Amino acid sequence: MKKIIKKHPLAIRWFHWINFPVLAVMIWSGLLIYWANDIYRLGWGDRTLVKFFPQSFYDTLHVPFKLSQGMAFHFFFMWLFFVNGFLYVAYTFVSGEWRYLLPNRHSFKEAWFVVLHDLHVRKTAQPQDKYNAAQRVAYSAIIVMGFGSLITGLAIYKPVQFGWLCALCGGYEFARIIHFALTIGYVLFFLVHIIQVVLAGWNNFQAMVTGFEVVKKDAIIEEVVEQKNDDNL
Amino acid sequence: MSSNYFDKKGSEVSSKEIRRRTVVSFSVFIVLLGVGFFAWSKLYNQPQSADNVQPFLRASLQANERIFSRLYSANKQTKSFKKTDAVARVRVNGDVGMDTAFDYAKWKLKVVRKPGDTLFISLAEIRALPKTEIVFDFKCVEGWSQVTHWGGVRFDEFMKKYNLAPEEAMKYVGMVTPDGQYYVGVDMPSMLQPQTLLCYEMNGKPLPLDQGYPLRLIIPVKYGIKHLKRIGVMSFSNDKPKDYWAEQGYDYYAGL
Repeated sequence: MKKIIKKHPLAIRWFHWINFPVLAVMIWSGLLIYWANDIYRLGWGDRTLVKFFPQSFYDTLHVPFKLSQGMAFHFFFMWLFFVNGFLYVAYTFVSGEWRYLLPNRHSFKEAWFVVLHDLHVRKTAQPQDKYNAAQRVAYSAIIVMGFGSLITGLAIYKPVQFGWLCALCGGYEFARIIHFALTIGYVLFFLVHIIQVVLAGWNNFQAMVTGFEVVKKDAIIEEVVEQKNDDNL
Repeated sequence: MSSNYFDKKGSEVSSKEIRRRTVVSFSVFIVLLGVGFFAWSKLYNQPQSADNVQPFLRASLQANERIFSRLYSANKQTKSFKKTDAVARVRVNGDVGMDTAFDYAKWKLKVVRKPGDTLFISLAEIRALPKTEIVFDFKCVEGWSQVTHWGGVRFDEFMKKYNLAPEEAMKYVGMVTPDGQYYVGVDMPSMLQPQTLLCYEMNGKPLPLDQGYPLRLIIPVKYGIKHLKRIGVMSFSNDKPKDYWAEQGYDYYAGL
């Protein structure tokens, strides 16, 4: 006999796996749109460190001259992205899952220790609830980012009808910059997420499909004791 | 901490049962993955119709149009800027409909009230109407924008001066260049928005040739693709007039 713990509710697994391809389509179609006026870069003065994006990158992904297609896809999938994201946030609040996800006052400091531990700079692991502090910060930040994409997206999409929103985002041009930067943020999040999932191993990954995680009994006791001690401190 | 994840009791199950549940979950997962992939490839590979976009996506653009034209309010105006904010070198982004030989001296705006009933209006007559100036952030569908300064007669005032009330009750205005190469259709509520101009001046001077002399449309609630240069003929209808960029796969509404 083994012990299993229910980790991810069915609803959250759905939201997660719907969001993944929908966000991928949003990023791809956004790239088709961005290509038509690809003015962003990292650098100063005449010096450019990174150009968004090099021609070879566009050519590899068959980006050029698909602005109208990009817009058509973007303005269809935006609804799926919005509805799925909205339901996810609503669900986490109604179900109480938010307790595992929202950072508390210790999270930011602890998240830093988690990062140091993961980079093998610090030996001691942080006590882990369902999610560690770094996960709490990351998974909450990604929701704030998603909200930011919706707001800036609407500001660019209807800058006259939602003029107040556009002004709130720092104007049309700045809203477009934020919208772009957030997208780069998703890509970076995705890269770290994949690396972490690979490092965490099969048991962790399969929980996002099956919903449960297999736990060694003494591991549970150990964790619970550790957590209890932590609470008593 | 009652919400502690590891305080949850969990349940004792046999390895066989874990394997069974895992297989079931992954089977469902893979089937759904397949369904998703199939739906995507159906959508992505749907042949484009004559208007250069997949029918599915055209329907979605039209659904968005219904939603956002309902939210549209003529009271919402584009932000105005100071004249000194306007750029001196205004970007020229298109010359469709403008590379045909054209006799400026003979130009008159043709306003088709109904077939066989056409008004011919000269530039001098249009200039005699009250002039409105606007400095606003002109937005191109490509993603760039530019603060520019325009002058002309408000479209709604033009309609009143020429007693075009029955035409105003129609749903769309169609505009075409004299050579018929470039054409746009715009919904009437957007045309009647008080910032929409029949424009004959840029930066306080007559429109340059490449900006649409003698008369162009300036309509801040739309992307630049609707700001037709060198208007030849104007007409009114309840059906959507044909639109150059909508035929190229773009959104017909193109509202901001």
